[in-house]
Amino acid sequence: MPSITREEVAHLARLARIELTDDELDHLAPQLDQIIALVGQVSEVAADDIPPTSHALPLTNVMRADVNVPCLTPEQALSGAPAAEEQRFRVPRILEED
Amino acid sequence: MNDLIRKTAVELAELMSSGQASAVEITQAHLDRIEAVDGAVHAFLHVDSEGALAQAAAVDAQRAAGEHLGPLAGVPLALKDVLTQEGVPTTAGSKMLEGWKPPYDSTVVQRLKAAGVVILGKTNMDEFAMGSSTENSAYGTTHNPWDLTRIPGGSGGGSSAAIAAYEAPLAIGTDTGGSIRQPGAFTGTVGVKPTYGGTSRYGLIALASSLDTPGPCARTTLDAALLHEVIAGHDVMDSTSIEQPVPPVVEAARRADVAGLRVGVVKELGGEGYQPGVEARFHEAVELLTKLGAEVVEVSCPHFQYALPAYYLILPSEASSNLAKFDAMRYGLRVGDDGTNSAETVMSLTREAGFGAEVKRRIMLGTHALSSGYYDAYYGQAQKVRTLIARDFEKAYEQVDVLVSPATPTTAFAIGDRVNDPIAMYKNDLCTIPSNLAGNAAASFPCGLADEDGLPVGFHVMAPVLRDDLCYQVGGALEAALADQWGGVLMTKAPELEVTR
Repeated sequence: MPSITREEVAHLARLARIELTDDELDHLAPQLDQIIALVGQVSEVAADDIPPTSHALPLTNVMRADVNVPCLTPEQALSGAPAAEEQRFRVPRILEED
Repeated sequence: MNDLIRKTAVELAELMSSGQASAVEITQAHLDRIEAVDGAVHAFLHVDSEGALAQAAAVDAQRAAGEHLGPLAGVPLALKDVLTQEGVPTTAGSKMLEGWKPPYDSTVVQRLKAAGVVILGKTNMDEFAMGSSTENSAYGTTHNPWDLTRIPGGSGGGSSAAIAAYEAPLAIGTDTGGSIRQPGAFTGTVGVKPTYGGTSRYGLIALASSLDTPGPCARTTLDAALLHEVIAGHDVMDSTSIEQPVPPVVEAARRADVAGLRVGVVKELGGEGYQPGVEARFHEAVELLTKLGAEVVEVSCPHFQYALPAYYLILPSEASSNLAKFDAMRYGLRVGDDGTNSAETVMSLTREAGFGAEVKRRIMLGTHALSSGYYDAYYGQAQKVRTLIARDFEKAYEQVDVLVSPATPTTAFAIGDRVNDPIAMYKNDLCTIPSNLAGNAAASFPCGLADEDGLPVGFHVMAPVLRDDLCYQVGGALEAALADQWGGVLMTKAPELEVTR
């Protein structure tokens, strides 16, 4: 399995929407490299004819009856919001200035 | 010390039904104990004294009115902070959710309330249940009541420590890779991971959805079984909930008979890397089961050695997806919203400030494992290993009824010992992870103290899906036989905690 570089970790952080400091990158990159070497062992064992198991249980879709049931009030739904206005979540601006 | 806190849940229930103690008195005794020792243990993140006393008073009123009450009505309980409880702060051990009060109850909490169980408060845990030591909590480390310089295990260290410190007779944990069983082993308590889907995940802040399982923690096998029965069963709110009757766990704990039971010792879970004192207590417990009439054989599960790497691909992959919802928009922390930053920048700044090191490590590992070009090599391969492990279990259960191993390779280690060595930390979960990957039932029961350090050792029992009762049957038998030797359960050997307040 390939190792992981500091630049790749910085790229992953951007993908995961986590702003990392230089110190964190210095610390995390070698640790992730070690962990990736450990988890790479999975490639040693599973042959092509082994079917993957994504879940311990066979999953089936669950449907409920199409009836109205009580749900959270707007006040309850907004009770944990960092910012709210006129019964809506207030979010930071979506577009960058440029 | 108030005698009430030393009682088991069963004994407390008897005191209440015979009128010798009220639920309010019992609840107050435990709140006093928390006040006295939790400064040193730090098992709790939030103590809901007012709510607990109100619940206890309601149970007393119901009892006085002659209403039919469940077997645990009025018994106090500590709740892992990963389960929502309406109006009570729930943080999952993270700054990301500091101060958040859920607007609804999880199914587990609904069932506890319906059974009259009194919820004392929320217990400390590794952030978003990521960890094996409860050192990753954003609110400080929990200390092991057996030795305050040691970790209590993780991620549910607070729940197990609360029981071991006599702050609560019962607790709820969640087990994704061993987070109930491993702290159970380290604190000399009983920790059970029910069959996946046997207990509802509705209202559980998800870590890895295909693995997370809520379950009971207690000081005795019967107490754990009674709590298991309260929280288990089908839930229409959880699409992964099994629509089957709850296994007869209480009856099995009471029967506590292993005569004729076929027990398989897993060859791959022992030997090099295992602490001698852990191995010694484990083998003594196996001998004891033989004396009690069990047929013990060695069983090989060759793919268990790959469970750890497979788990540390599957878990971060699911976690990176589940934790994407912490985006600073609808609830939780928001950082950098000063009008100059875009939503995307606010999101990144918030996740930088809100997540701790272990969470960041796992999110990035998961993002890497799921990224284009690596998916098949990592995640796809790990899912195939999961198939091989499930097949190992199936083959083993053709030969035996249950599998056994030590619950952990070592006893509780010192605080700070492994925080900078994630791989050494992850290896703690070697024995517990296979059951999570296959969805099996499993549990840890106290089996003695290691000679080297005098700390508790856990005996791990694994049983097929929906045969949780077999775990309790073995645990009950072992507990009864060892209690004869020790003059009580292992917890009676724990050192007295110094009262700090």
